[in-house]
Amino acid sequence: MSSSPEQTALTIIDQLPVLTVVVPMLAAPLCVLFGNRHIAWIITFLASLLSFLFAFHMLFQVLDGDVLSYHLGGWAPPLGIEYRIDAANAFVLLLISGISTVVLPYARKSIEHEIKKVSHTLFYCCYLLCFTGLLGMVATGDAFNIFVFLEISSLSTYVLIAMGAERDRRALTSAYDYLILGTIGATFFVIGIGFLYMATGTLNLADLNVRMAGMEDNRTIQAAFAFIIVGMGLKAAIYPLHLWLPSAYTYAPSVVTIFLAATATKAAIYVLLRFMFSVFQPDFIFELNTLTWIIMPLAIVAMFAASLIAVFQTNLKRLLAYSSVAQVGYMILGMGLASTTGLTATIVHLFNHGITKAVLFMVVGAFVMRTGSSFAKHLTGLGKQMPLTCGAFVIGGLSLIGVPGTAGFISKWVLIDAAFQQDLWWLALLIVASSLLAVIYVWKMVEVLYMQPAPEGVIVKDVPISMLVPMWLMAIACIYFGLDTDLTLTSARVAAEGLLAGGSN
Amino acid sequence: MRHHLILRVITKLLVGPIIIFALYVQFHGEYSPGGGFQAGVIFAVAFILFGIVFGLEKVKEVFPAWLVHKFTAIGVLLYSGTGVVSMMLGANYLNYSALNPENPQAGQVAGIIAIELGVGITVAAVMIAIYYAFAGRPPVIDDEDW
Repeated sequence: MSSSPEQTALTIIDQLPVLTVVVPMLAAPLCVLFGNRHIAWIITFLASLLSFLFAFHMLFQVLDGDVLSYHLGGWAPPLGIEYRIDAANAFVLLLISGISTVVLPYARKSIEHEIKKVSHTLFYCCYLLCFTGLLGMVATGDAFNIFVFLEISSLSTYVLIAMGAERDRRALTSAYDYLILGTIGATFFVIGIGFLYMATGTLNLADLNVRMAGMEDNRTIQAAFAFIIVGMGLKAAIYPLHLWLPSAYTYAPSVVTIFLAATATKAAIYVLLRFMFSVFQPDFIFELNTLTWIIMPLAIVAMFAASLIAVFQTNLKRLLAYSSVAQVGYMILGMGLASTTGLTATIVHLFNHGITKAVLFMVVGAFVMRTGSSFAKHLTGLGKQMPLTCGAFVIGGLSLIGVPGTAGFISKWVLIDAAFQQDLWWLALLIVASSLLAVIYVWKMVEVLYMQPAPEGVIVKDVPISMLVPMWLMAIACIYFGLDTDLTLTSARVAAEGLLAGGSN
Repeated sequence: MRHHLILRVITKLLVGPIIIFALYVQFHGEYSPGGGFQAGVIFAVAFILFGIVFGLEKVKEVFPAWLVHKFTAIGVLLYSGTGVVSMMLGANYLNYSALNPENPQAGQVAGIIAIELGVGITVAAVMIAIYYAFAGRPPVIDDEDW
């Protein structure tokens, strides 16, 4: 180490890959140390904002196909831990930190209403740890490091979900369910990494790719692939492995639901993408078979089954949770197509669905604050009483369906384009047909909000401005990214090309 | 536990040596088996043993719960703070050689001791916090009600 090649002093720009993760990690213990909920909020918000600015800067550094490589502790990869930022993870980092920065101003009033005041400091601490874990999972280029950050984010997520117990005790059982399933997922993932290490002797993702060349028939590699896909699939809530998600999203505090729905499954999908396309070679026969015969059919089942379940939900939060499962279906469908356009669709949908679900869950959080419930029967006629909140819901709903002019349309368009490129016209039809199911459940809610009469004698006001601004910021983003697709589509395309090029660049 | 004279005397005798042994494991960690994690657990054992024999209230007089929580944070801060210091000195995160540019070897020793101390503090505090949380829980069903 004394002969470390990096003798020249590094500037702050060189430190960005690790700073994005380190700033929230440092902020979490600071919150506990100060022990004041107002200071904790300020620290959390500043940390999140800084991460967002760092991620934004890095995205523009890597958009031309460059790769930023940062060596932790000065140890060169593949021995040392490397943080490797290319367009794919810079884009996901931007999504996670961006959502967090918008959610936090909203969080302040919302958690005052849902969590008792003594727990606020610890809430922000857990939130920051979860945020750190998600950022770390995405930023790192080391397989074992992914597992460590996965655990950091998961453990804090269980606590965050359990904090919903003040409103509804069922939060405790749903947090416990998620703990059991999440731990099984993480264990599977680490077993997979163990197998990879056994077969190749390395943990660095880029190096794994190089050393795995020609080891297609190696049973250990094949088993590792299966373990990693199932483990991460649990975290990403791929259709039959989604059972933890609806209850967790329903009973968690509103802010936690917003943040998790918009970021947590997205980080897991990113890790899946990274492993499928730039660690394992997509031309391995066993991987091609998995993509065509397992991932694609499951994606199609998810699109229909989860949407159909969503149609019959009476609790708005649960309805949106099932819709999330269906939307994950679109993302893994793009993955299953295994083409540049398919991956572009996955990555762009990751982003667009993140902002769409953020709006929708923010609206639900506002309903919970004003009416104390997220059941459709308690939300009748709110369209007149909470016009701004319900307006944001309509925009989010349109984006969820994929109406032209909204962000949701762009990602479905690219996905249909990818299906046509491989002459899978029936697949394009299925995508459109499943969007019709989204029309049904979104319309069902719009009808409740606008067409049904409000209950007599109940006056409900719109939520405070500090909650309306983030909500509308995301709603406007839904429209903006539906009209100006330069940033999202370019980043997604560069990211997809980078992923398919593997570790060779 | 008032009538368990032997237990009380032995515990009083043991608590000191346990803490000293924890510190030995902590600061000898780079040369011999041990390090922050093990030392933290051993350190916490001293408090947990004291708590089991003399009661939760007594041990909370020595080490109140709010202070335990602060120490969990201080350990993490010490660890990641070491990394930030090396960054400020113009090297990579957690590159201890930068702590002493003239003699990188000494810098590495200093860095390891600092982060191991951070690990030790956090582990000890978390172990004690877990003990407080479990021991402080009111029993769901009384022994007589079974």
